[in-house]
Amino acid sequence: MRDPNLAWYKRGKKEDDEPQSEKRSIPAGVFTKCPSCRQALLTADLHKNLDVCPSCDHHFAMATRDRIAVTMDEGSVVEFDHGVESMDPLGFRDSKRYSDRIKASRRSSGEVEALIALAGRIDGIEVEAGFFVFEFMGGSMGSVVGEKVTRVFERALERRVPALIFASSGGARMQEGILSLMQMAKTSAAIARLREAGVPYLSILLHPTTGGVAASFSMLGDLHIAEPRALIGFAGPRVIQNTIRQSLPPGFQRSEFLQAHGFVDMIVPRRDLKATIAHALRWLGAGPRAGQS
Amino acid sequence: MPTRKEKAPEAPVLDFERPVVELQRKIATLKGRSRASSDLAREIRRIEERAEGLQRRIFSELSPWQKVQLARHPGRPYTLDYLARIIGDFRELHGDRSFADDSAMIGGIGYFEGIPVVVLGQQKGRKTKEKLARNLGMVKPEGYRKSMRLMQLAARFRHPVLCLLDTPGAFPGIDAEERGQAEAVAKSLEVMASLPVPIVSVVIGEGGSGGALAIGVADRVMMLENAVYSVISPEGCASILFRSDERKAEAAAAMKVTAPEILRLGVIDEIIPEAPGGAHRDFDATARNLAAAIRRALDELMPLSPQELKNRRYEKYRRMGAFVEAGGRDRLS
Ligand SMILES: [Zn+2]
Repeated sequence: MRDPNLAWYKRGKKEDDEPQSEKRSIPAGVFTKCPSCRQALLTADLHKNLDVCPSCDHHFAMATRDRIAVTMDEGSVVEFDHGVESMDPLGFRDSKRYSDRIKASRRSSGEVEALIALAGRIDGIEVEAGFFVFEFMGGSMGSVVGEKVTRVFERALERRVPALIFASSGGARMQEGILSLMQMAKTSAAIARLREAGVPYLSILLHPTTGGVAASFSMLGDLHIAEPRALIGFAGPRVIQNTIRQSLPPGFQRSEFLQAHGFVDMIVPRRDLKATIAHALRWLGAGPRAGQS
Repeated sequence: MPTRKEKAPEAPVLDFERPVVELQRKIATLKGRSRASSDLAREIRRIEERAEGLQRRIFSELSPWQKVQLARHPGRPYTLDYLARIIGDFRELHGDRSFADDSAMIGGIGYFEGIPVVVLGQQKGRKTKEKLARNLGMVKPEGYRKSMRLMQLAARFRHPVLCLLDTPGAFPGIDAEERGQAEAVAKSLEVMASLPVPIVSVVIGEGGSGGALAIGVADRVMMLENAVYSVISPEGCASILFRSDERKAEAAAAMKVTAPEILRLGVIDEIIPEAPGGAHRDFDATARNLAAAIRRALDELMPLSPQELKNRRYEKYRRMGAFVEAGGRDRLS
């Protein structure tokens, strides 16, 4: 299973043929306006500050590759299952063919699918991790994402190392119909095995995590750690509004709302996220303890 | 509390049902005539044959959207209608022992052909007041926490679990989000994946997304002939991907929601035939078919050990999905 050719830093030939537009969540201008405090920020300063507004602490969406780089120890990462690709099982077409949507997402995101699965170290601790790529079709979960998430859990079980999923997803991928729904069952079944075996699993909830991704492995962590103000919920706010025809309370379905109602263990600002994860993993019994290594 | 076994109510007629229903009304009128003659009997027989032929033809050519309409048919039997026919000595059990009782989720104990079972199912309402009380079959977190509690009860006493799926979806509302709808559905999936007793789930009407799946992870999953199962409602899919909920029929076709399509995708194990003209035309006949299918499933599952059941269930879901893998491993479940 462990094929070094799949390592993400040695990109395969196929991807080299495609334009490498590393789409950033932040527009690439010199200045970026903070949507929260409306200050014009130097984009370069913003990136240096982990895409967090230095004046009001607004957490901008972070490009997935940047997220991996700031989370995983340098040089420790090996990527897996790079070759698992969608096959359009329904022959789905709306205004566009599903297969064309996938191609377009590959070009714009520079990734093969909406999840990057890897093994590596966090502060010296071996982990198996999955990072959702929101830039790829809204991080939606179809067969490929479900399979890759399941393999993350299965490798963690096999190696007895902690599993982490960094979720950021609009939910199930409609273009794969019922097969997408079944990925919720498949991934949750893999969690059940991890839990029985006592292998730790941390669910990291990033903006936004909704629908079938929220209603499966994301809400089944030993710990639920969220970034500030992330939207987390089962139904999207618009769907709720259309159903109940009431306006939604301020802060509804944000991290702070979930913590207040008992569904998030802690809200951690981005600059403290890696250290918090490492602390939790050590407490859960993974890797060398602080001061012992 | 004795269970109700009402007759099929007088149901509204869908467009595509009308030609057959009109013939059947004509038959009823002719039969109601006092003076029977052999001519009249022949005439009745002739119209009956025409009605049956017409019904077979119409029902063999139903579009996905027409199936959605049948699955949502207001006269269609609901969970309690089936329980009244296939579960002996049923007692409904209430509440999640934590917050509330959700009457959109029925849970209880009883006997299926003499076998003690836990039964669960979403319940829609038939009249306005009951529809409201049952929240149109849209379950809230407390409903799923009740179903989980009863599954765990079944596990402790080693009895199988039967689930009937019929919901537009888990309730999307402020209170449901406050109480953790996502967590309730997620936990249900995990509980079902690791339950050490046989689970049989049947989609009897609308299999609406995660709200249905929360009682749908099973050793044997079946669908009634005219039931539908989907990741999002056709209206929801239409408004997001087709930019208009008017295009729900297209969305239903594109998502492959009908029983034969779901079977082909490897997500269900079996299709259970309904009464001719749909389950709402004959509750008893459809319930007999349902019972026969459940019986076959339990015969196969009950001899298995808890570990065998769990392993088989894991492998069943492990295989679901369709992808290609560079290096040659093509997979369509
Ligand atoms: Zn700011």
